[in-house]
Amino acid sequence: MKRDMVLRVVAKLLIPFILLFAIYVQFHGDFGPGGGFQAGVILAAAMVFYAMIYGLDNARRVLPDWLVESMLAAGVLLYLGVGFAGLLLGGNFLDYFVLDRDPVAGQHRGVFWIELGVAITVCGVMLKIFYLFAARGQDEA
Amino acid sequence: MSVAAHLPALQVVLPLAAAPLAVLLRNRTAAFALVLAATWAAFAISVLMWQQVAASGPLSYALGSWPPPWGIEYRVDALSALVLMLVSGVAAVVLPYCRASIEREIRRDNHYLFYAMFALCLSGLLGIAITGDAFNLFVFLEISSLSSYVLIALGRDRRALLAAYQYLIMGTIGATFIVIGVGLLYLMTGTLNLADMSVRLQSVTSHRPVLAALAFLTVGISLKLALFPLHQWLPNAYAYAPSAVSAFLAATATKVSVYALLRFYFSVFGEGAVFKQLPMAEFMLVLALAGMFVASAVAIFQDNLKRLFAYSSVAQIGYIVLGISFDSVTGLTATVVHLVNHAVTKGALFLLLGAVMAAMGGVTLARVRGIGRVMPRTTFGIVLCGLSLIGVPGTAGFVSKWYLILAAMEKGQWWLVFLIVLSSLLAVAYVWRFVEAAYFRAPRADLAQVREAPLALALPAWLMVGATVWFGLDTSVTVGSAARAAAMLLGAVP
Repeated sequence: MKRDMVLRVVAKLLIPFILLFAIYVQFHGDFGPGGGFQAGVILAAAMVFYAMIYGLDNARRVLPDWLVESMLAAGVLLYLGVGFAGLLLGGNFLDYFVLDRDPVAGQHRGVFWIELGVAITVCGVMLKIFYLFAARGQDEA
Repeated sequence: MSVAAHLPALQVVLPLAAAPLAVLLRNRTAAFALVLAATWAAFAISVLMWQQVAASGPLSYALGSWPPPWGIEYRVDALSALVLMLVSGVAAVVLPYCRASIEREIRRDNHYLFYAMFALCLSGLLGIAITGDAFNLFVFLEISSLSSYVLIALGRDRRALLAAYQYLIMGTIGATFIVIGVGLLYLMTGTLNLADMSVRLQSVTSHRPVLAALAFLTVGISLKLALFPLHQWLPNAYAYAPSAVSAFLAATATKVSVYALLRFYFSVFGEGAVFKQLPMAEFMLVLALAGMFVASAVAIFQDNLKRLFAYSSVAQIGYIVLGISFDSVTGLTATVVHLVNHAVTKGALFLLLGAVMAAMGGVTLARVRGIGRVMPRTTFGIVLCGLSLIGVPGTAGFVSKWYLILAAMEKGQWWLVFLIVLSSLLAVAYVWRFVEAAYFRAPRADLAQVREAPLALALPAWLMVGATVWFGLDTSVTVGSAARAAAMLLGAVP
C-alpha cells in the first residue's frame, strides 16, 4: 500500500481531521456522547491508519514502543493522581468537590483530568495491541 | 488530612498505584522495591483496620464523598477485615519469595511487568473484599481475573498458556454470569449498594427475576471459586503457573470468591431467602461432598505434585462450602476458619514446592524420589502442611475440621461426621504418596547432589508453615474473627 498514490494522499488529508475529531469527542464528553474512552480509541485509530498506509516502522518512529507502554501506565497514574489530589485537599479519595472553591467547577475539573487519563491509557492499550499483532514475525526475523 | 480516616481507600489504591509506577520504572529491582513497599503497606493497613473493626464495629468510606447508596461505598466489617488481612498478608509473604523464584522461571526483561501484574491482581482481590457496591465488585473481580490469567500464562511450561486460556474462558463465563446476576438485581431494586439492595429486596414482589439473579450469581461465583464440578480450570492453572503465582493464587483467589458468595447469600439475599425458601442447603451439601470425595480420589492418582495439591484444593473448597450448607453460626465459623487455614496451608505448600522445583527442576513424584535425604527441611515442611490438609491435631487443618464436625453434630447429622473423617483418610492417601517417594526411595543419581533451598525461598515458605502450625495451636485470631464474622452474617450483631 505504500506506493498507492490515492491512499497516501487521502490518508494525509484525513489523519489531521481524525485527530481533531478525537479532541472534540474528548472535550465534548461533558455535554454529549463521548469522553475519554471513545477519544482514546479514535486517537489510536488515526495512528493505526497511519501505520497501515505508511508502514509500521514509520509509525514506530512517531510513537515508539517505550512511549506506548508509558502511556498505558501514565493514564492510570493521572487518574489516581486526581484521586490523591482529592485526598490532599481534605476530601475523600476521588473527591472532586474540593478541587475548586466552587464545588460544581470542582466536579468539572475532576472529570476533565480523569477523562484525559482514560484517553491516554485507552489509546496506549489499543496501540500496544496493534503493535504486538502487526509486528508478529517481524521482530523475531 | 488524617491518614487514619482514609485507610479503606488506601488499602486498594496503594497496590493499584504501584502497578503503573512499576511499568513506568521499567527496572526490575526498582519495580520490586516499589511493589514490595505497597504490599507491606497494604498489609499494615489491613491489620490496623482489623483492629478498628474488632474494637468499634464496621467502617464505611464514601468514595468521592458521594454518600451511599448513591456513591460507591467501601465497607469493612468483621468478615471483610479478615479476608483483607489474609489476602494482603499472603501477598506480603509471597512477594519477597517472587524475586528469587521468578529469576529462574521468567525472562528477565519481563520481571517489571510481572511485579505490575502482581500488584494489579492484589488490588483487585482486595477490592472485591472491601467494596460495598455490586458493580464495583464485578470490576475488581475482572481486574484480579485478567491479571491472574497473565500471571499464569507466564509459566515456563508451554502448557501454562493453554491452562491460562482455559481459565480465561471459564473465568469469563463466570464473570458474565455474575454481571447478569448483578444486572437483574439492579433491575429489580434500582440500587447497586449491597446493603441498600438487601433492604429493597424485602419489598420486591416479583420473585422470578430475583431467583434468576440468585441462580446466575451462584453459578458465576461457583465457577470462580472452583466448586465441584466447575473446577476444571483449576488443576492445570495451578500446576503450570510460575511457583510464586501458584502459591499466591491458591491462597487467595478462590478464597476471595468464597467471600463474594457469602456476601451475596447472607448480606444481600438474606439467609432466609436462600436457605429456608430454597433447597440451597441440600444442593450445596451434595456438591461439597462430591468435591471432597471425587477431587481427593483424583488427587491420589496424580503424578505431578502441583497437580496433586491442586486437586486437593478442590476437595478443601468442598469443606468450605460444606460449612456454608449448615446455615448455622458454627458452620459459618468453620467456613471462615477453613478459608484462612486452608489459604495458609496451601500457600506454604506451593511455596515449598516452588523451592523443590528450583532445586530439582520439576515436581513429579518420580523426580522427587529420595528428596527427604537431599532437602530434609523442605520435605519436612511439605509433610507438616500435608498433616494440616489431613487435619491432624496441632495443625491449622484440625481446627477447621473440628468446627465442621461440631456443626454437623449440632444438626444431629452423625453420618456427616463419619463422611468428614472418611474424606480425611483420602487426604492421608495422597499425602502418603509424597511421603513414600520422599523418604523410602533412593534419590535419582543425577539429583543426589541437590542442596537445600536458598534462604530467599526457604524463609517466606517457613513463615507460612509457621503460621499453619501457629493457627493450629492458638486460635484466638482465626476462630475469634471467624466467629464474629459468622455472627455478623447471620444478623446477630451488625
